[in-house]
Amino acid sequence: MFKSVLERPGVPPDMMVLVNGVETPAWDGETVASVLLRVPDAGRRSPISGTLRLPYCQMGVCFECLAIVDGIASTQGCLVPVQPGMRIESQRGPREISR
Amino acid sequence: MSYDVAIIGAGPAGMSAAVRLRALGAAVIVIDEQPAPGGQIFRGIERNAASPVFPALGEDYAKGCALVAAFRASGAEYLPSTQVWQIEDGWNLFLTTERKARHITARAVLLANGAQERPVPFPGWTLPNVMTVGAAQILLKSGGMLPEGRIWIAGAGPLPLLYATQLLNLGGRIAGYLDTATTPKLSALARLPGAWREFGNLAKGLRWLRDVRRSGMMIKGFSDLRAEGEERLEHLTWEAAGKRHRVEADVLLVHEGVVPRIHETLALRCEHIWNEEQGYLAPKLDRWGQTSRKDLFVAGDAGGIGGWMAATVSGEIAALGIAGQLGIAANPDDLRQAAHLDQRRARALALRPFLDALYPPPRTRLADDVIACRCEEVTAGAIRSAARNSPADPSAVKAATRCGMGPCQGRQCGYTVQALLAEVHGLPIGDVSFFHIRPPLKPITLGEIASLEHAEGAA
Ligand code: FES
Repeated sequence: MFKSVLERPGVPPDMMVLVNGVETPAWDGETVASVLLRVPDAGRRSPISGTLRLPYCQMGVCFECLAIVDGIASTQGCLVPVQPGMRIESQRGPREISR
Repeated sequence: MSYDVAIIGAGPAGMSAAVRLRALGAAVIVIDEQPAPGGQIFRGIERNAASPVFPALGEDYAKGCALVAAFRASGAEYLPSTQVWQIEDGWNLFLTTERKARHITARAVLLANGAQERPVPFPGWTLPNVMTVGAAQILLKSGGMLPEGRIWIAGAGPLPLLYATQLLNLGGRIAGYLDTATTPKLSALARLPGAWREFGNLAKGLRWLRDVRRSGMMIKGFSDLRAEGEERLEHLTWEAAGKRHRVEADVLLVHEGVVPRIHETLALRCEHIWNEEQGYLAPKLDRWGQTSRKDLFVAGDAGGIGGWMAATVSGEIAALGIAGQLGIAANPDDLRQAAHLDQRRARALALRPFLDALYPPPRTRLADDVIACRCEEVTAGAIRSAARNSPADPSAVKAATRCGMGPCQGRQCGYTVQALLAEVHGLPIGDVSFFHIRPPLKPITLGEIASLEHAEGAA
């Protein structure tokens, strides 16, 4: 649904991250919430109805971007820039208290 | 660590305040959620300067370069990617950077945390691929992301037009624009004379509109917009001229203006004023930007929407006010005059009364089945029935429905609850209070609190 204008044929992406175990290209400056929009069904599930949600505001005020980032649950994805090799997993239940 | 001034937010207001305060010799720390300075308006500006996205973002965006460079050179301590989760009298601030908590003290606090887009619930706004125009613009500034497929925009105000222009500049396409603005009223036009001084801005707006009309469909005078689909957005429907219309859509971007971020000032029990025309609360400020609480200042859009130029000036004004109060500058009034801050602010705000009158917040009645609270999935109907059985107090609605208890802490549903309470009780909206905001300002984990105790024990 989203594509980077920096993406050019033959030019490798800035980095790879893992989204639910799948190698996914990512670009410098984008956030976890931005990656979630490009991978099918990577959003969170509402803990109330179980419906799929995707990041809505990208500025830290809706909390629809909650994800498990490098093992830490309930991370606000739109506030976290991507890093090479970052592990991003969909959050599929109620807010988990992280360690 | 202790400082003279802790500034929260590294957008135009926070950066300009930091530069001024440092020039006066104050010890300053600037704390910001984002990984780089600029705020939302100049987001990613340092990185984007060399990117193909840069020219497409427009002249105003490029104007942020000088301010960011001045901020970097100011010598202010800068904590990016950091959240403030509690502010206590004195002032004590509790922060988290990458899961590590810390505590700092400051003699004065300047809140320069900007605005958020006004949450406007409508049927289907929780569906995947429905998001705000601001969100799409942040995606563009962050990783050069452009939406693909059939892109629809629904909303009003300068931002959708600006974003549409940026998208077109980069070769994107817009399937259609659902313009929710009402036709310019005489009341708006009556305010135009003052705005002519800013004619350049107006002309730009008209150019945007022409570009958008050329690029796709422009729809006006419709009602009951619905985003529909199974697991994600598939189509949009609306009512116009007595007929239901339907189009396929892949992405819907919505925008109904911006409102100040007030969670911090609410949690700190500052006095607030209801802005009836724009339908938002803003902290009550004196001529230096000081709130009803001593040594707690607000600058920029967090104190009332004025745009980035006005924010830059109000940051400088607050810096001088703080410096005067802390005894860092003996003559803040002289400095204020010498820098022509009041004239500069008046100029920056020249177009604002016109825009405010042109784009009032939508006040259509919410249908009972629309979700008002995204986190706890509470519908407008559930809030209405709770409101009928309680006093006109958001706490009662919260207790009865869980609305506002989710992780966003009412940032999305606060104004909706207020408006529904006013509707049910037959009161002016401004007479109903906002949610009672309690710390922490952001959800924090036990692990973060433990890291704080660990650090204090070691000190
Ligand atoms: S997308 Fe809204 S908080 Fe992250």
